[in-house]
Amino acid sequence: MIKRFILALALLLPSVAFAAGYSGPLDRANYDLRDKESLQRGAQIYMNYCLACHSMQYQRYSRTFNDLGIPQELGEELLQFTSSPGMHKTSAIDADAAAEWFGLTPPDLTMVARVRGADWIYTYLRSFYADDSRPFGANNAIFDNVGMPHVLEELQGTPRRVTEQRMVDGEMTDVYVGIRSDGNGTMSPEEFDQAMLDLTNFLVYTGEPMILERQRMGYFVIGFLIVFLILAILLKKEYWRDIK
Amino acid sequence: MSRLMNWIDKRLPVSNSLKLHVTQYPAPKNFNFWYLMGSLALVVLVNQIVTGIWLTMNYDTSATGAFASIEYIMRDVEYGWLLRYMHSTGASFFFIVVYLHMFRGLMYGSYQKPRELLWVFGMLIFLVLMAEAFMGYMLPWGQMSFWGAQVIISLFGAIPYVGDALTTWIRGDYVISGATLNRFFALHVIALPLVLVILVFLHIIALHEVGSNNPDGVDTKKPKGTVPDEEKAPFEFHERYTNKYDIVDSVPFHPYYTVKDIVGLAGFLILFALVLFFEPTMGGQFLESPNFEAADPMRTPEHIAPVWYFTPFYAILAAVPNAVLGVVMMFLAIVVLFLVPWLDRSTVRSVRYRSGFHKANLALLVVSFVILGFVGALPPTEFWTVVGRIFTFTYFAFFVLLFIYSKNEKTKPVPERVTK
Repeated sequence: MIKRFILALALLLPSVAFAAGYSGPLDRANYDLRDKESLQRGAQIYMNYCLACHSMQYQRYSRTFNDLGIPQELGEELLQFTSSPGMHKTSAIDADAAAEWFGLTPPDLTMVARVRGADWIYTYLRSFYADDSRPFGANNAIFDNVGMPHVLEELQGTPRRVTEQRMVDGEMTDVYVGIRSDGNGTMSPEEFDQAMLDLTNFLVYTGEPMILERQRMGYFVIGFLIVFLILAILLKKEYWRDIK
Repeated sequence: MSRLMNWIDKRLPVSNSLKLHVTQYPAPKNFNFWYLMGSLALVVLVNQIVTGIWLTMNYDTSATGAFASIEYIMRDVEYGWLLRYMHSTGASFFFIVVYLHMFRGLMYGSYQKPRELLWVFGMLIFLVLMAEAFMGYMLPWGQMSFWGAQVIISLFGAIPYVGDALTTWIRGDYVISGATLNRFFALHVIALPLVLVILVFLHIIALHEVGSNNPDGVDTKKPKGTVPDEEKAPFEFHERYTNKYDIVDSVPFHPYYTVKDIVGLAGFLILFALVLFFEPTMGGQFLESPNFEAADPMRTPEHIAPVWYFTPFYAILAAVPNAVLGVVMMFLAIVVLFLVPWLDRSTVRSVRYRSGFHKANLALLVVSFVILGFVGALPPTEFWTVVGRIFTFTYFAFFVLLFIYSKNEKTKPVPERVTK
């Protein structure tokens, strides 16, 4: 509620657009940082599919396990594939080699949600499509000529870019309307969307792991300040009563 | 206890200074909302210094470690995120209260004789504060830190003949690098704060020498012997003041304004906490999103915008087609504020008793400043450049017009005493 109010205030100011050249509509990511199961599933996808190339160098394993309610030993056994316990999450890939293979070093994703926003990530993850003209056979509808392969294809199935003939400025044009999977993946489209929402949720969490703690503290602080304000007003009234 | 105070007072004027500046300092009784900003600015200054000290304890000044050390503070230092957000939110709130404080001065003529020097000290504080904020913004070493500094420092390159040498001298390198970061850190954490604190001290001493103005802009210190006893303010004020003046319509700063400022402070802290705990980036205005990515000299962000408190001046810079002239105009926009005490030739202080033309002119300044603030944050397009030019013109027009009409301005009669 309070957050919405502040956000509404902030939106009155001009905002800085930042999304790799894409300025079209984004799908809304209804993530929930209180949903620990979703965060755990997101972490699982990240560790299995992303971390090999994308480091998460500012976030510690132990912190992740604690915050997400994963027992330490279980986490180390099932989710910790790189570096030693308690350490930051590093990727397995060699940065220089990666730069040669993909055209650039895969960026660290600890704070990608703070840079691009949750909606962008959620849309991006679900906008890969098969494109034979690209080195890895994949392109992205909101990140044109993206350097990375579609690593989640085994989950989603081969995604196809779907266009529709529409009248634009008096001419019939192919307009991009979305992605449709061939259905050869292990997940249904609904399951895949949920998995990507989980992953987005996890990335929002790693961007600012103290969000929930911060907000909880905020309610206490503001509650205290309101009481303090009332007392301060009464004190001021008492002193100023006789000043004409 | 009193023997201890006696002992100290014989060696250091503690009790006397407290009386002179706090408990027996006469302050006009009709201060309104606008008069809260000064004490709030002081509170924010203390906040910035205290949180800043603790941030330096875990900050790494090297170009390779700076960005990661901020995230270390945010994640691994106990309540480091709280310190960092208090500091970053405090920076923006500092400018909010300082802009409101400056506007108060303009509204009630608080720069007029005998408060010219007080105003000049205030403007120096504003200038140092801008430098302080600019250098502080570089320290997280994110994309906006790097490229924002790149843009601003290269402005000095526009100066003929010495430009290139000057930018190299400022950076300490041919490009923005660890050398630049280190010197900006030194300036941000000690040099400029020290200057700032000294200027704030002088600002307050100068204020207490001439006394506070008030929303009516009338003197509450009347010449000695002109006011009958029953009209004088019924309080004990320090003899430094009563020996020279008959004091009317005033109350001792403490307890009257301390209790009032505490109310203001509580309200202010609620707003501060709302931002700090629920939207610390203020939708990308207080902390810009590209700054969550480490500085990369090889990759320019799509749109480089200064933080909101610099955007009005940035818009003026961008509005002028010629680079050198743009820099000159931008600095002139600040210099002209220093000159306000001499540009305004009216003897009536408060906007309450000045002409409709002056009120309209003041409104023009506010509108120009706010619109320039918006324009400076947007990516430049033809339309916004035109808007920027129009309001750059009206911004400067305020000062020119003020100088012209203020000499023979048709003002309303000013009351002898403050009104309710």
